[in-house]
Amino acid sequence: MNRIQKKLQENKKLLSIYFTAGYPNIDDTVTTIQNLENSGVDMIEIGLPFSDPLADGPTIQASSTQALKNGMTSELLFKQLKDIRDTVKIPLIIMGYFNPILQFGVEAFCKTCQDIGIDGLIIPDLPVDVYHSEYKSIFESYGLINIFLITPQTSDDRIRYIDSVSNGFIYMVSSASTTGAKSGFGPEQDAYFKRIAKMDLKNPQIVGFGISNFKTFKHATTHAKGAIIGSAFIKHVTHNGINTIDQFTNSIIHETI
Amino acid sequence: MSYNIDEKGYYGEFGGAYIPEMLYPNIEELRQNYMKISEDPSFKKEFNQLLKDYVGRPSPLYFAKRLSEKYNTKIYLKREDLNHTGAHKVNNTIGQILLAKKLGKSRIIAETGAGQHGVATATVCALMGIECVVYMGEVDIARQAPNVARMKMLGAKVVPALSGSRTLKDATNEAMRDWINNPVDTHYIVGSVVGPHPYPDMVARFQAVVSEEIKWQLKEKEGTENPDYLIACVGGGSNAAGTYYHYLDNMDVKIIAVEAAGKGIDTGESAATSVLGKEGIIHGSKTLLMQTKDGQITEPYSISAGLDYPGVGPMHANLYKTGRAEFIAITDDEAMTAGLELSQLEGIIPAIETSHAFAVFEYKTFNPEDIIVVNLSGRGDKDLQNYIDYFKL
Ligand SMILES: Cc1ncc(COP(=O)(O)O)c(C=O)c1O
Repeated sequence: MNRIQKKLQENKKLLSIYFTAGYPNIDDTVTTIQNLENSGVDMIEIGLPFSDPLADGPTIQASSTQALKNGMTSELLFKQLKDIRDTVKIPLIIMGYFNPILQFGVEAFCKTCQDIGIDGLIIPDLPVDVYHSEYKSIFESYGLINIFLITPQTSDDRIRYIDSVSNGFIYMVSSASTTGAKSGFGPEQDAYFKRIAKMDLKNPQIVGFGISNFKTFKHATTHAKGAIIGSAFIKHVTHNGINTIDQFTNSIIHETI
Repeated sequence: MSYNIDEKGYYGEFGGAYIPEMLYPNIEELRQNYMKISEDPSFKKEFNQLLKDYVGRPSPLYFAKRLSEKYNTKIYLKREDLNHTGAHKVNNTIGQILLAKKLGKSRIIAETGAGQHGVATATVCALMGIECVVYMGEVDIARQAPNVARMKMLGAKVVPALSGSRTLKDATNEAMRDWINNPVDTHYIVGSVVGPHPYPDMVARFQAVVSEEIKWQLKEKEGTENPDYLIACVGGGSNAAGTYYHYLDNMDVKIIAVEAAGKGIDTGESAATSVLGKEGIIHGSKTLLMQTKDGQITEPYSISAGLDYPGVGPMHANLYKTGRAEFIAITDDEAMTAGLELSQLEGIIPAIETSHAFAVFEYKTFNPEDIIVVNLSGRGDKDLQNYIDYFKL
């Protein structure tokens, strides 16, 4: 069983953190991952930076631009992560846009992920139908779980289709937006969270976008299995660097004040 | 084999819709409806009526006598510069605004490079009384000031794109992000034959009026529908797609596509995508694009904002790959010289984008009996300051 699948069976709400590899500094990648695990995070999304991140708002865009300026590439990321499994046990997912993966070679990329001990991929601009017809067998032969997104606009039929193609979790985008655009949830999100919960999908759901603190984490995980934080974490390391990651994680897991 | 799109949304191996799930409902709505709506007789009637009465179509096919004499061949100019708003772009925006209305959309967004597509979009939004937001790179806002003023005068909001190279690519990113954030009420009027399927096909169909007219106009003048050569400049490729459309599978007609070499193919400051590009994904389309070995999209350069794009539409990627079209890269200097020449030989000041197409006559020799049709895609009013600075007029 893949580390992601094992983690999903734990009887708790999962906190997953996204960060951009090579940000704020090029050599921060491994320490960030270690600090995240030590602070109690359940799962990590390692962002492979891209020059034109269509689905991302200004915070993640800026971190990607800086990481690329710092010299981050697919090759360098893999080099940095080579021995990551000597120290880190939690599931690791690489999140990146499709073009850099295509240039690396999809099969070579998957193979390198397996060699390192990466458990899954999130590729926002690789549509489920293309994945299904062209790449699924490659991903599976290297033991990788591919994670798909759904949004409040995704039809029930399509959600069922995505559920049938998935074998880890479904990434539930909380609102129709780019990353970091909105914070907090309204009645619309509540209705959406409930609607999805009622569908009784085979894959658990993890909510992302709009989660930045204890309150929104709690809210998002009322129905869902876990939640993913991206922009709020990037903001934290932008201002505080990577040595106080435990403070950030604590502020999400525990109610403060 | 056809050079047109297949039922899956690909031209050969190029095209498709590589989009984040957030855009799926919008793109799917378009995919399911664009043909149904645009093939409907009532839509066609309204589209053609507006092209005639509002845009001023058919645009003339003009025999350029002095230019033909100079290059000892027969050159016809398809006068898209005479369209309302001064370029071919309006053919597409008229089509898409009618489509957006049928889809019940109440807000329009667009990207623009030279500002011609932005103006054409702002124009049709004013015409229909629909809110309009245009994304434009900060660099382009500076070099295309007259068009920025036009858009504002037409009631559009012009939003500077501040990311990346701050040109057309980044304006397109911002427009797509806007659409992700406003999926229900907004239609995105893409300005060229780029982006996810069905955009390349939809825009090509709206621009196809150009080659439809060339066919009967040339028949009237030369007794044949078929020129020997079609020439058009290629940014994303919409004026070219319109020029080629009805001739794509007619092998008697040779196709020339003109790209911007910027300061030269090997200078690192170029926008010649076919030569410098590699297969990949840009703005939701699998096509040729300029990128690093690591798959990061690189910043193109051209003196003309409308050709300053690191990708090319999937139709053209396929025309290049299959050898159906000859691709020629023209430098800034060659284009500017050709623009001045056209002005002084024919009394027509072309857009700098268009000037690239005319530089082909210095580059390639044609036979005296060859019939050549060049798409004169736009007029040069917006570029006057650039011409003045360049030639110290
Ligand atoms: C006059 C003119 N010609 C050509 C272009 C290039 O676009 P396309 O390749 O889509 O025709 C532009 C773009 O702004 C333009 O304004």
